[in-house]
Amino acid sequence: MSSPRVLIVDDHQLFRSGVRSELERHLEITGEAGTVEEAVSAIADDNPEVVLLDVHMPDGGGVEVIRRAAERDMRPCYLALSVSDAAEDVIAVIRAGARGYVTKNIAPEELADAVRRVHDGDAVFSPRLAGFVLDAFAGPAPHPETELDALTPREREIIQHIARGYMYKEIALRLEISPKTVEAHVSSVLRKLQLSSRHELTRWAADRGLGL
Amino acid sequence: MTTDSQPSARALRRDPSGGWLGGVCAGIALRYGVDRTLVRLVFVVATAAGGFGVALYALGWLVIPAGPSTGRRRLPTGRGAVEVALGTGLLLLSVLLTFRGLGIWFSDAIVWPLVLIASGGALIWRGSGTPVAATPQADVPTAALLKGETEERSREPGRTAAAISRTGIGIALVIAAGLAFLQATGALSAARDVLLAVVAAVVVLGVIFAPWILRLVRSLTEERSERIRSQERAEVAAHLHDSVLQTLALVQRSDDPQEVAALARRQERELRAWLSGRPPAGQAARLAAALESAAADVEERHGVPVEVVVVGDSDLDSNAEAVVAATREAMTNAAKFGAGSPVDVYAESSDGRLHVFIRDRGPGFDPATLPADRRGVRESIVGRMQRHGGRAQIASSPASGTEVELELPARSDR
Repeated sequence: MSSPRVLIVDDHQLFRSGVRSELERHLEITGEAGTVEEAVSAIADDNPEVVLLDVHMPDGGGVEVIRRAAERDMRPCYLALSVSDAAEDVIAVIRAGARGYVTKNIAPEELADAVRRVHDGDAVFSPRLAGFVLDAFAGPAPHPETELDALTPREREIIQHIARGYMYKEIALRLEISPKTVEAHVSSVLRKLQLSSRHELTRWAADRGLGL
Repeated sequence: MTTDSQPSARALRRDPSGGWLGGVCAGIALRYGVDRTLVRLVFVVATAAGGFGVALYALGWLVIPAGPSTGRRRLPTGRGAVEVALGTGLLLLSVLLTFRGLGIWFSDAIVWPLVLIASGGALIWRGSGTPVAATPQADVPTAALLKGETEERSREPGRTAAAISRTGIGIALVIAAGLAFLQATGALSAARDVLLAVVAAVVVLGVIFAPWILRLVRSLTEERSERIRSQERAEVAAHLHDSVLQTLALVQRSDDPQEVAALARRQERELRAWLSGRPPAGQAARLAAALESAAADVEERHGVPVEVVVVGDSDLDSNAEAVVAATREAMTNAAKFGAGSPVDVYAESSDGRLHVFIRDRGPGFDPATLPADRRGVRESIVGRMQRHGGRAQIASSPASGTEVELELPARSDR
């Protein structure tokens, strides 16, 4: 299994070096960046496959990095990594295109695993993000005709399990489906999160000046 | 019959509760220890002498501050107030006209403007001095009446409108009094010249001093916002000092990594709660906050990280409290027997149901072989849930750890 090339973007030097020393055993680290500017040029120069992205940084944070890299037609996989547990911040960076969100107190092995999964095209939901998603999709859909605006019962069940702290494999075992099916459901939830027109998400985005 | 029950007051104060109108007579009577009827009689006689008493009374009402009112008797307000005022005015008018007819009279040029000034002044002073003198409920109809509007308006604007219109009418009356006086004394044209001169002077001065005044106003505003900013900064600094700096000091003095981790976790929780504006632990009145603080407690006591995810929130009624208590017990068990693995708590409040999952990745156990003396699970978790019309389920296996599931209707049916 080839290990993905990873760029670490965080405005705290101490945190960057900590994550680097933890991940270097498992993955190939192409570099570090401390500002939006540095991150964009590092993405251009080193061509990383996965970017570990801090949500909160001066000059716009993770959302800005994703936007400016996309302007230059660079679309690596993004995994948001943050101490923030403000729903609007996390949802904003997911809607901008990040493939997952984990909190900074995640264990090193789990972080490495999450990076690999993002690289393989899967979505990575931490329990907290699962909670945000369930919150955002709670209640009846504003536009029932668009199936985007609601989670299917199965998706809801799976996200609930993630919020309860289950790994994908464990969920597959419990629900008697294959791990790949769990992955497919989670990816579908991520897609709905990024495309949905639900007013809660719209409001979150609007609060952050993102528009839609 | 009018011996004073109140302690003798040294200062001269109106006595609104003991008087008929503004309590001027009652106040004077109280101050000098005379029968208030006697004082009233003096005023009536003075009124007969060319309306002097009325002016004196009005002056007294304006100048003498009101004493402690017992609230027993207030000025009539609302529609009643208008009727009373109208009636009093007409009565007064008839009395004045009678005096005029009898020839007990100074001159038209003095008495009429005086009457106008007195009534206008009373309106203005009443409007500005005691804006809430009238009871709110009664004040709204006044506003509606005065402005010809419906009563659907909310109280606040209604009260303000009433005050404004009262002040407006008062000002109009006073101006009218001034004009009438000038007209009667034939000095109106002279006054016009004076007025013109005054207006010219005001404009000239305004042009000269406008920049300076503007600057003054602006610097005052800036100073005010600067003061607010520094207050906020001081508040933040105080909070950080009491929390983060204290914790950092403790961390520097501690050798125990587990203790350091626990300190850091607790500080993190507190800071997050503060940043998100939630009430600090211990004052939790909502389910989410109560669960968070219970988790922080368990975490601190057992040194095991407890991750709480809450979807939806609800008030902390008796059922929610039971859920929090059972969750706390389950978290404690997970922390104790989970072999140090992190504890995941997921709580969902939706569709009138509370649903909580507490999960660890410890060695697990067989619930059927639970010793009978383990009252924690039997009483504090399963029993408590059943007593509140809910249920508790425990799933445990060596492979996947233990998960406790609690389910309960959100509202107590009893």
